[in-house]
Amino acid sequence: MTAAVFFGCAFIAFGPALALYIFTIATDPLRIIFLIVGAFFWLISLLFSSFVWFVARAITDNRDGPIEKYLLIFGVLVSVLIQEMFRFAYYRLLKKANDGLKTINPDEPAPSMRLLAYVSGLGFGIMSGVFSFVNTLSDSLGPGTVGIHGDSPYFFLNSAFMTQVIILLHMFWGIIFFDGCEKKNWYPLLAVILTHLLVSALTFLNPQYEVSLVSAYMITVLTGIRAFFVAGGSRRSLKRYLLCQDKNFLLYSQRSR
Amino acid sequence: MATAGGGSAAELGSRGLLCLLSFCVLLAGLCGGNSVERKIYIPLNKTAPCVRLLNATHQIGCHSSISGDTGVIHVVEKEEDLQWVLTDGPNPPYMVLLEGTLFTRKVMEKLKGSTSRIAGLAVSLAKPSPAAGFSPSVQCPNDGFGLYSNSYGPEFAHCRDIQWNYLGDGLAYEDFSFPIFLLEDENETNVIKQCYRDHNLSQNGSAPVFPLCAMQLFSHMHAVLSTVTCMRRSSIQSTFSINPEIVCDPLSDYNVWSMLKPINTSGTLEPDDKVVVVATQLDSRSFFWNVAPGAESAVASFVTQLAAAEALYKAPDVTTLPRNVMFVFFQGETFDYIGSSRMVYDMERGKFPVQLENIDSFVELRQVALRESLELWMHTDPVSQKNKSVQSQVEHLLTTLEESGAGVPTVVLRRLNQSQPLPPSSLQRFLRARNISGVVLTDHATVFHNRYYHSVYDTAENINVSYPGQQSPEEDLDFVTDTAKALADVATVLGRALYQLAGGTNFRDTIQADPHTVTRLLYGFLVRANNSWFQSILRQDLRSFLGDQGPLQHYIAVSSPTNTTYVVQYALANLTGKVVDLTREQCQDPSKVPNENKDLYEYMWVQGPLNSNGTERLPYCVRSTARLVRAVSPAFELGQWGSTEYSTWTESRWKDIRARIFLIASKELELITLAVGFGVLVCSLVITYCVNAKADVLFIAPREPGSVSL
Repeated sequence: MTAAVFFGCAFIAFGPALALYIFTIATDPLRIIFLIVGAFFWLISLLFSSFVWFVARAITDNRDGPIEKYLLIFGVLVSVLIQEMFRFAYYRLLKKANDGLKTINPDEPAPSMRLLAYVSGLGFGIMSGVFSFVNTLSDSLGPGTVGIHGDSPYFFLNSAFMTQVIILLHMFWGIIFFDGCEKKNWYPLLAVILTHLLVSALTFLNPQYEVSLVSAYMITVLTGIRAFFVAGGSRRSLKRYLLCQDKNFLLYSQRSR
Repeated sequence: MATAGGGSAAELGSRGLLCLLSFCVLLAGLCGGNSVERKIYIPLNKTAPCVRLLNATHQIGCHSSISGDTGVIHVVEKEEDLQWVLTDGPNPPYMVLLEGTLFTRKVMEKLKGSTSRIAGLAVSLAKPSPAAGFSPSVQCPNDGFGLYSNSYGPEFAHCRDIQWNYLGDGLAYEDFSFPIFLLEDENETNVIKQCYRDHNLSQNGSAPVFPLCAMQLFSHMHAVLSTVTCMRRSSIQSTFSINPEIVCDPLSDYNVWSMLKPINTSGTLEPDDKVVVVATQLDSRSFFWNVAPGAESAVASFVTQLAAAEALYKAPDVTTLPRNVMFVFFQGETFDYIGSSRMVYDMERGKFPVQLENIDSFVELRQVALRESLELWMHTDPVSQKNKSVQSQVEHLLTTLEESGAGVPTVVLRRLNQSQPLPPSSLQRFLRARNISGVVLTDHATVFHNRYYHSVYDTAENINVSYPGQQSPEEDLDFVTDTAKALADVATVLGRALYQLAGGTNFRDTIQADPHTVTRLLYGFLVRANNSWFQSILRQDLRSFLGDQGPLQHYIAVSSPTNTTYVVQYALANLTGKVVDLTREQCQDPSKVPNENKDLYEYMWVQGPLNSNGTERLPYCVRSTARLVRAVSPAFELGQWGSTEYSTWTESRWKDIRARIFLIASKELELITLAVGFGVLVCSLVITYCVNAKADVLFIAPREPGSVSL
């Protein structure tokens, strides 16, 4: 659909991720490294999921029909579980790396686990978004739009918004997941896995874009609020922020109690 | 111990990595096509483009821009529908889907006049063929390269006397700035029309709503202006560039020729050896590239000549005839006599075993399938007959033909009453070089009987070759049609005349062409080339040249030899040659075998028929005099790319020719998407900046002694 749609969809999908990268990650080289390693871990998890998919397809002899749909559902389920498994693996790696980082750089303080949670989540999200959307984006550059076989003409827009949602969600899940692992609390982990499964399942409702996209956004907002509280925010800090009161005021008001 | 363990771990690690890499490669290789692309585009596979051809001064044909031309589809089934495209439609440019019957000069002039509103043209094949006839060729074919010019026979130059192709509208020799494609498959045409009906029809005269059904045609041509320009550019590229980018290729191929009595091809004939030349043409063309069924214009005549050759070779005393007979099939006659001009050029320079002075008489076969009331006309050149000796020779030639024709009641040979010019024929090129006595045999006295000359409709149907339905292809192969019988009669007359012209007397009336051979040849060249007989007479590596289904196309093209040339050579070898008992190695290199001479004969190892089980082939060696000789215009040998004496036709090169249909969205939706994208980007930048600047206020770090950062 030409360059206008290409750039429009690219900005919709990757705009928030780009903004987050420019302002929070690009300033510190260590954060860039953790972001890229996080992306790599997601890539490895995709490799394993695709291997499972390949074996499953080979077993069913590449037949078409209803079995394809069940196979897809099975593939998505397995992929979600493998992604979360790798998120846990990355957590363990970062835990081990923390000690090593202290010895490399004794002067600078090591990044806190909360920051690493955010960075790793963002890394997962960016790689997931790139992988799922770049092929579609490249087709949007041509002169045609989806629809000649009866599909919805809003395919590109919907894919772009869905990708944006997935990137944000991965970031929030990262924060909640790592916090749960730190506190040895297993319920947040279960919540993350279940929400991930739910959002992936929502995409099976396509092309009823209204239902799937609106539900996905609602889930994003809720997960975002939860991540905000997990990351150290509170209603009070939000009020202070919005009223432009600074940290000292806060600390002062806390100390004075 | 640690190092050993470490070493084995590293080895395991590298093996694991190798395993992983091989899995990756496997996965990548098994990935299917891009599924989003399949949701958007429907490719049109059975299309034929119109490409650009260039000669010394002009370019003809069509071309698209480098990234294809896109337009909203509009189906034009009657002339009134054109108004929407030319003036009324609100979403130009349009891609016109034209009915085959409307593909006329009048409509094309209108389309050519408004190129800003036309993105391209797709023509659907008219079934049945247009009743009024259709010929995109010019009315005077090969004008300026034949015999008659302002200095020789000016009253006949430029077809002043007779417009041979009276139905010709010259469309194929026009230059179009938009792409034109032929839709060969009716199913694809219906898909396009369905898409048009679903999306592009307007309700009550208002503008149709987006998304609209559109088509994109890719046929970007690299060559421009003329042969002189494109050859100059190609030669500069070849001289100076490491990776030269050639932009055009000369139209070239091979002529097929054979001798009744074998001659030594490494030298030339003695001046006293006389040869009777019988010639015909192999190629045809149409408006579209590589679509050239050429039934009446080429196939019928060369099939007749093949049958005459077979009949003549069977005569018992061929080896003792006083004069030799040369059968020659010229390639490239459609494009200003490429094959015949090259042969005359080679003959003049002694590069061909037969020289011009060896030619005793010349008989040519041209368009012989549409005879009216059994008449076969004999055309001769009036200007050369002003010379008395030539006239007497021509008179002798005509009487010989009439005597031979007397024994065949179904062919009535007729002379022409008034002095008429020769129709476009290879004889004209020979007469340009030397006054020889020659005759051209055709089914028409004045204008062509062929109403589809050089068009896509010159098919088997045009010469009344039809088969009863419900027969298998093998049964159709052997079914003798009436056309085959008529052409066999012409071949019989030709064979007998050649025998008599070569000096034979005794066995003239035993020479009989076989209608079975004629019908098998017609079936193979016009209906289905991939049949058992063609398969058995070809070499093994040429099997794929027969295609899958459907007839051969007889366009000269630029890669040589073409399918038709090979099949005709091998058919000639099979019909006139002898099976010799040689092994495969001996057949491919007979120099070591005594009694076999590579200069006299051509040896071919052919596939042979299937054995009784149908599993294997029984190949054998055929010895014949059927050979190929290069047919490139002398203009390219001499480097005279702007020559007016020899043919200078070239074909442009291209990278990508394809067509596809899809839906396009309105400009408004695209701009809204872009605006939303910018909005999202700007919003996220602003929000992130604000949150990041005061992150320490928003996110309170957990109380740890000594921790400062977040």
